[in-house]
Amino acid sequence: MTGLLGTLSEAWGEVRVHKARVLLSLVGVFLAVLAMTTVTALGQMAAQVQQEQGEASGGRTATIGVSAYDPMTGSVPRDEWDAGVQALVSRYGLPEEAVATLAYENGLYRFPGGTQAVETRRVSPSYGPLHRIQPVEGRWLRSGDRQSLSPALVVNRDFLGLLGAADLSGHPTVVIGGPQPVLATIVGVVAWNEGYPSAYRIDSSAGDATASAGGVGFWSPPSLELWVPSDQADAVVAAVQTDLARLLPGAEVQANRQDPENLEDTIAKLRLAVRAAGLVVLFLGGLGVLNIGLVTVRQRIREIGVRRSFGATSARVFSAVVLESVVATALAGLAAVALSVAIVRNLPLERWLAGGVPLVDAPGFPVSAAVEGLLAATAVGALAGLVPALIAVRVKVIDAIRF
Amino acid sequence: MSLLELTGIGRDVRLPDGSLLPVLAGVDLSVEPGEHVSIVGRSGSGKSTLLNVLGLLDSPTAGTYLLDGQPTDSLGGRRRSRLRGETFGFVFQQFNLLPRRTAEENVAAPLLYARGREFLTRNRAARAMLDRVGLGPRALSVPEKLSGGEQQRVAIARALVRGPRVVLADEPTGALDVETGAAVMALLAEVTAENGAALVTITHDLSVAALAGRRFRLDHGRLTPVAAGGALAAATSDRTDA
Ligand SMILES: Nc1ncnc2c1ncn2[C@@H]1O[C@H](COP(=O)(O)OP(=O)(O)O)[C@@H](O)[C@H]1O
Ligand SMILES: [Mg+2]
Repeated sequence: MTGLLGTLSEAWGEVRVHKARVLLSLVGVFLAVLAMTTVTALGQMAAQVQQEQGEASGGRTATIGVSAYDPMTGSVPRDEWDAGVQALVSRYGLPEEAVATLAYENGLYRFPGGTQAVETRRVSPSYGPLHRIQPVEGRWLRSGDRQSLSPALVVNRDFLGLLGAADLSGHPTVVIGGPQPVLATIVGVVAWNEGYPSAYRIDSSAGDATASAGGVGFWSPPSLELWVPSDQADAVVAAVQTDLARLLPGAEVQANRQDPENLEDTIAKLRLAVRAAGLVVLFLGGLGVLNIGLVTVRQRIREIGVRRSFGATSARVFSAVVLESVVATALAGLAAVALSVAIVRNLPLERWLAGGVPLVDAPGFPVSAAVEGLLAATAVGALAGLVPALIAVRVKVIDAIRF
Repeated sequence: MSLLELTGIGRDVRLPDGSLLPVLAGVDLSVEPGEHVSIVGRSGSGKSTLLNVLGLLDSPTAGTYLLDGQPTDSLGGRRRSRLRGETFGFVFQQFNLLPRRTAEENVAAPLLYARGREFLTRNRAARAMLDRVGLGPRALSVPEKLSGGEQQRVAIARALVRGPRVVLADEPTGALDVETGAAVMALLAEVTAENGAALVTITHDLSVAALAGRRFRLDHGRLTPVAAGGALAAATSDRTDA
């Protein structure tokens, strides 16, 4: 224990005494870690933003979209489709949260200013998490909403504006017109599709049984989304296509991956490039540290001999020289990471990364980038300290202290 | 049992042309706890080599060296280093203080290699030792700001801070003027005696050698006792050679 403390204080003493030379040799490591950490962090944050935005439209990795239509009649009857989906889900034992249904509908809403058709998505509660939808107010749809006679809606802010409401504090409702009008309850607000009203409606509610309540005009073919592990995506696509086709005779079944598949790839490549560049700079910084380490170890041969006379073992001399290098580069790394955090914090990231769109959750400085920077600096210190340390242990004490 | 016991110690060094040069040949010496031994000899007579062997910095090529009755030739590198740190304190002709480190840091340095309490209280111990050699007020000065005599006093404090059983001094006054040298030597003998450590001084200065209880002369790798009366003769022959 005190042996380790001793080695550490010895290394610290060396760094302290040789401040100027240490600082000089560390400029390279500092800059490399600063550049690498900052770029890695920015890349990671950009990737996160891009992924968030990509997933909002296409679903998480990997989302498979499944739809069916009858070439003769246009759409598959609703109950046949539901039965087919049920059979598929139970056959594969898919968990509820990994299966979402989606159908487009034109809802006729009676706003204070008059009735208006609004594009409405009839979705299962699982659709929200799958697309990372986070209401800015209220909540997302949940399966309990299906028991309510009044269909639950999650609307955007334009929709809310048409109702003349600023927020959900007045528990706003809206009548969905049609042959059998129904009073719908607005449970959540999303910041989405700004510019024109849009709404999500729970896929089914207790009142639906009486009629296709509120449903007017156009139903797109219903579609199904399956959230599966990336590596199983292709297998699932093939299986679903054949199985569902068998369950829905006469219908044309389409299944394909709809999340931005190559996003992962692009980001991985970008990171790789940044890391490679960072490693080169770091390597050059390491050479600087090594060079200075070699020069000073030669200058300190006498000192090493004197320390041997104090009873320093070879292991101790070795680790002291390595640690001296490590203490120095780790400090440089720490300073670089701190500066990197300060820089990234003060950049107008929302404007750059998201084109001014407020992010659902503004990405923080990635911890992994900071840890990586520190580890890289430490590793460079250890590697660059190795050669001088080997020279130091080979110093012959009697030659070192002669005269 | 003697503290240090050398029997028939030889040390050959290989020269660049491949031949062997016997620097030490058949040296017998024993050192008892707390005693003061001096060794005089001309430059190149093998004094430093002998001191390095005594301090476990170098290994003999012949003979046996017992420390506390234990043979030292079978010690592993690690054990040897530890034993060296625990048993010996060194004072060098060129002081060999760690540059740019304060007197206190220099004196505390050997305790970096000690363990437990000794390690943790090293700065306090260093201060006390500096006070003892009269350099308390200079504790925060770096060697570059100290005179030769002061530097050697720091080195003496450093040699004694870990409570060694033997202090090995290789021409401790060699780089000092006569007056300062005498004062430093007196201090070294005094502090060492106070700490109960044995002192082996190597020198070519007779007045330094005269302080020792037992005196030896090293000539062509052979060690011979010097009778009290023979000191002057040894001194004269030495002066002319050196
Ligand atoms: N490693 C070595 N290689 C070659 N010659 C050496 C070596 N060590 C000592 N010598 C020679 O041995 C002799 C004694 O050296 P040393 O013990 O330093 O003498 P002293 O300290 O009495 O002046 C000198 O001639 C020196 O050149
Ligand atoms: Mg010598």
